Amino acid sequence: SEDQEEIQEAVRTCSRLFGALLERGELFVGQLPSEEMVMTGSRGAARKYKVWMRHRYHSCGNRLGELLGHPSFQVKELALSALMKFVQLEGAHPLEKSKWEGNYLFPRELFKLVVGGLLSPEEDQSLLLSQFREYLDYDDTRYHTMQAAVEAVARVTGQHPEVPPAFWNNTFTLLSAVSLPRQEPTVSSFYVKRTELWDTWKVAHLKEHRKAFQTMWLSFLKHKLPLSLYKKVLLITHDAILPQLAQPTLMIDFLTRACDLGGALSLLALNGLFILIHKHNLEYPDFYRKLYGLLDPSVFHVKYRARFFHLADLFLSSSHLPAYLVAAFAKRLARLALTAPPEALLMVLPFICNLLRRHPACRVLVHRPHGPELDADPYDPGEKDPAQSRALESSLWELQALQRHYHPEVSKAASVINQALSVPEVSIAPLLELTAYEIFERDLKKKGSEPVPLEFIPAQGLLGRPGELCAQHFTLS
Amino acid sequence: MGKAKKVGARRKTSGAPAGARGGPAKANSNPFEVKVNRQKFQILGRKTRHDVGLPGVSRARALRKRTQTLLKEYKERDKSNVFRDKRFGEYNSSMSPEEKMMKRFALEQQRHHEKKSIYNLNEDEELTHYGQSLADIEKHNDIVDSDSDAEDRGALSAELTAAHFGGGGGLLHEKTQQEDEEQGKAKSRKELIEELIAKSKQEKRERQAQREDALELTEKLDQDWKEIQTLLSHKTPKSENRDKKEKPKAERLRRMLGKDEDENVKKPKHISADDLNDGFVLDKDDRRLLSYKDGKMNVEEDGQEEQSKEASDPESNEEEGDSSGREDTEESDSPDSHSDLESNVESEEENEKPAKEQRQTPGRGPTSGKGRAGKAAGDELPYTFAAPESYEELRSLLLGRSMEEQLLVVERIQKCNHPSLAEGNKAKLEKLFGFLLEYVGDLATDDPPDLRVIDKLVVHLYNLCQMFPESASDAVKFVLRDAMHEMEEMIETKGRATLPGLDVLIYLKITRLLFPTSDFWHPVVTPALVCLSQLLTKCPVLSLQDVVKGLFVCCLFLEYVALSQRFIPELINFLLGILYIATPNKASQGSTLVHPFRALGKNSELLVVSDREDVATWQQSSLSLRWASGLRAPTSTEANHIRLSCLAVGLALLKHCVPMYGSLPSFHAIMGPLRALLTDHLADCSHPQELQELCQSTLTEMESQKQLCRPLTCEKSKPVPLKLFTPRLVSNSQPQVIHPPWPPNYRCEPQHPAKKVIFVKVVML
Repeated sequence: SEDQEEIQEAVRTCSRLFGALLERGELFVGQLPSEEMVMTGSRGAARKYKVWMRHRYHSCGNRLGELLGHPSFQVKELALSALMKFVQLEGAHPLEKSKWEGNYLFPRELFKLVVGGLLSPEEDQSLLLSQFREYLDYDDTRYHTMQAAVEAVARVTGQHPEVPPAFWNNTFTLLSAVSLPRQEPTVSSFYVKRTELWDTWKVAHLKEHRKAFQTMWLSFLKHKLPLSLYKKVLLITHDAILPQLAQPTLMIDFLTRACDLGGALSLLALNGLFILIHKHNLEYPDFYRKLYGLLDPSVFHVKYRARFFHLADLFLSSSHLPAYLVAAFAKRLARLALTAPPEALLMVLPFICNLLRRHPACRVLVHRPHGPELDADPYDPGEKDPAQSRALESSLWELQALQRHYHPEVSKAASVINQALSVPEVSIAPLLELTAYEIFERDLKKKGSEPVPLEFIPAQGLLGRPGELCAQHFTLS
Repeated sequence: MGKAKKVGARRKTSGAPAGARGGPAKANSNPFEVKVNRQKFQILGRKTRHDVGLPGVSRARALRKRTQTLLKEYKERDKSNVFRDKRFGEYNSSMSPEEKMMKRFALEQQRHHEKKSIYNLNEDEELTHYGQSLADIEKHNDIVDSDSDAEDRGALSAELTAAHFGGGGGLLHEKTQQEDEEQGKAKSRKELIEELIAKSKQEKRERQAQREDALELTEKLDQDWKEIQTLLSHKTPKSENRDKKEKPKAERLRRMLGKDEDENVKKPKHISADDLNDGFVLDKDDRRLLSYKDGKMNVEEDGQEEQSKEASDPESNEEEGDSSGREDTEESDSPDSHSDLESNVESEEENEKPAKEQRQTPGRGPTSGKGRAGKAAGDELPYTFAAPESYEELRSLLLGRSMEEQLLVVERIQKCNHPSLAEGNKAKLEKLFGFLLEYVGDLATDDPPDLRVIDKLVVHLYNLCQMFPESASDAVKFVLRDAMHEMEEMIETKGRATLPGLDVLIYLKITRLLFPTSDFWHPVVTPALVCLSQLLTKCPVLSLQDVVKGLFVCCLFLEYVALSQRFIPELINFLLGILYIATPNKASQGSTLVHPFRALGKNSELLVVSDREDVATWQQSSLSLRWASGLRAPTSTEANHIRLSCLAVGLALLKHCVPMYGSLPSFHAIMGPLRALLTDHLADCSHPQELQELCQSTLTEMESQKQLCRPLTCEKSKPVPLKLFTPRLVSNSQPQVIHPPWPPNYRCEPQHPAKKVIFVKVVML
């Protein structure tokens, strides 16, 4: 039928009808024989009815699953709630025989249908997924969702040679919605009401959940994802994914792959790697080299500047880093500062000074009392390896140049190196998000002590005197 | 002898003034003083006139003449001061002496009442006792008291007590004995006492006289000192004139270096031991300041002086005009009225054009209809204008008028509402500045922009700004904030901004003209710099128009720092971008390119000119600001020419930067990418000859900047003194006595049972 109202009514009726049937146990329980066989068979009418009813229930479930892809959201929503109602009832009144006592039964086939419908390759299901989110609070649905998602991903990637981005987006939305409890819950909450709990059930253990969680993410991340999705995944990696994996080090494949993509993604991947190195004892010798490679002039102009420097500060916070490395970073940053706008300079200059404070061995960069006079800067900006860059032989002349920056605050910040550096570090956290507009407003509000100084050379015209630059290169006509 | 002779001669001359001429007129003349000119031959009929001479007399006369003329001149040789009697009515014969005295007294009183003595109550009322000032008496007594306290405790007081109270016989006896011995005869007691009193009185008088002498001497000393002081202070006015010129420059230099004010206050100014306190230091500083433009500034300085003189003149003119303006309106309505307008414009060259036009317009008559119409309207202009209360009012006043009329209107508004004329005029003119600024913005956004009017209005803006710095700076800040706000909004919504219209650029340029841009920190200029930086970093260059605007911003930026020579990373980036978009894309480049430019993409070859013919026909010319406002779509040839001009300007700016930043410690690191691009430009020979040469010269100049990399060192800091903590004592708390347990290594010594060791620790909180 085409009419929305009719579909909705039909869904409601089906939901009520089969709900009642499930409760009454009027559906065939056990391995379902084919319909023709039963009809032609010589069993009793009651059994025939039950089998037939079960078949109808089955096709109704399929149909509802299809309806999850209906263009109208109301229909989708209704179909979803009907399906979940079936899941709940079928879980309580299982349609298969329990093989032993305490056998855990869950309507997996039906649930797979639901998840398959949610992870549609054709259209964006984010709204429906947000509806589905409430079911993920239950332990059993969460567990089975994770399992079903793995299968769905495998199925779709097997079927389509070129997986549409909509599917990846849906999958990511679903996956990111799954969040495990931080510790073993004392009371498990089940969507399907259980009369008694068995310790043998996997659903009841957080460890199993973690395993499922890990397989789910790894099976998702092993595929080639669109770039935008990489970003989204990396954004939640460090606080939503890594801590909940059973074996976080397995993420290294994904992270190294992301690391090679460049730009913001590399940075985010480095963040994940850093956690692995820091907390999980991972060996990754190229880490600082990669970070060093990320420093290019555009770093001050991109939107993720604040995050970048927050992380860089974190990565370089260890006082056990070798001096050559820190010196290379300081020198590189100083070099880049020569192209930076004032808002970035106000942040990066204290950053460099902090590096020098943390590593007294690097203070030769600003204080080399009896050093020989050099013809050129020994630092090699083209060198990719910080160890080979000869930064320790150099000095931070860039900061000296920036002391002549036009903005007074930058000039002051750069002049810090003229004196011996004070011991406490300057917190750069409030400077990270600084924008030029804020600087502008601050400058506007600042009041001078003396009256506003005025130009004493009288104005002649818009372009000024004939000798001045504007008058040289521009005309009014 | 000679003296006597002279005296005699003088007496004689005073007795007979014409005596010298008369020769031997005096019968009683001393024969020794007469010199007879003997005649050898007697010639008949010849009158002898000089047969007798009086050398003494004539010499005395000559001397007197010298003292009256030559000596006077000699004495007044180096004096230009004139003694002027300023006493009131001294030479006014029509006043009676009483009147004069009254008037003088009144004046004196008045002077006392001015400012100084506002708070001195009862100062001028002098209380007297027996015609003596009480204040004097009091002072006098005080002194006596203190002195007698200090000195008179000795012998005299003993004497006095003896005399007054009759006691102390021994002393008296002693005295009398002494006197007996001296005079050898006895005196009665009464005599003795009288003598004693007289003596003491005399002593007292002597002491008084002494004291008065001392007082007089100190007073004299004071006076002398005052004279010396005035002499000292007289020395300064000499250098005042020079100061007047130097002061703003020195001030500007101080602000440029950005020394904090408190720092200045704290440290006394360094004075060299060789300093003669003749302002030579300033001179030296100044020379350094001038050298920044290869002597150009020197020429300008002379001009400035003249201009500043001129600038001050119109003001006085204005005031005069104001006072008389109301009456002789007829006079000022003739074409002459333009002349004072031109005096405001100051620059001779720029004056010439409009002046010529005006001169021609009446002559042309009917041939130039528009000119005549303008003229007619000029005649119809009212002479007084109320200051506009709102921007719309000003707009309606100015809109639809010719340039000359607009300027006239603005000037008349200023004149009619000069702050010296009425109370509220100051506020009105302050507002006028804001309105004019807005009007300028409107003119700049018009299509086509009326830049000539703006060009002239700038002068008025400058004058108004000089009058009201505070409100003017507020108005400029306001427009800048508006512009920035607009840009910020755009960045927030779209993630990037477009270069703003011509109005913002012109506001920034006006800021440059009104305020000293070399200051280390300035309430208006510093935000303007941030604004410029935003324009260069946040706005992608999407069209040829944007290139022109961006180059204008670069120009402005460089002008802002022309004097202070400060470093602008954004500018270097932008120029790099300009050079980049003028070369065909290559794969390897682009790693150093930063934000507003992209290494690859739609606009990465914006300035590339591929048409050979256009390259050949291009002629170097300066860019027009009109192109920035998007006057019309240029033809492809024109566009190509604009492209090449843009590139030329970019290269010229780069060349300007090279010597400016040559002294920066990491000059080569800054210029590295630019150098690579310039070599690319040179290698690619499609540019016209001029551009090639420009490239070549810039490149050589860049390479010729020698640089020594001296390792950095910190300044030695003073050793920080140990912090001394003083215990905080609370007065009312009971000292708490704690007996700590015996320390572990303490051993009781039985051989000295009397010596007890008690550890007492007083904890003071």
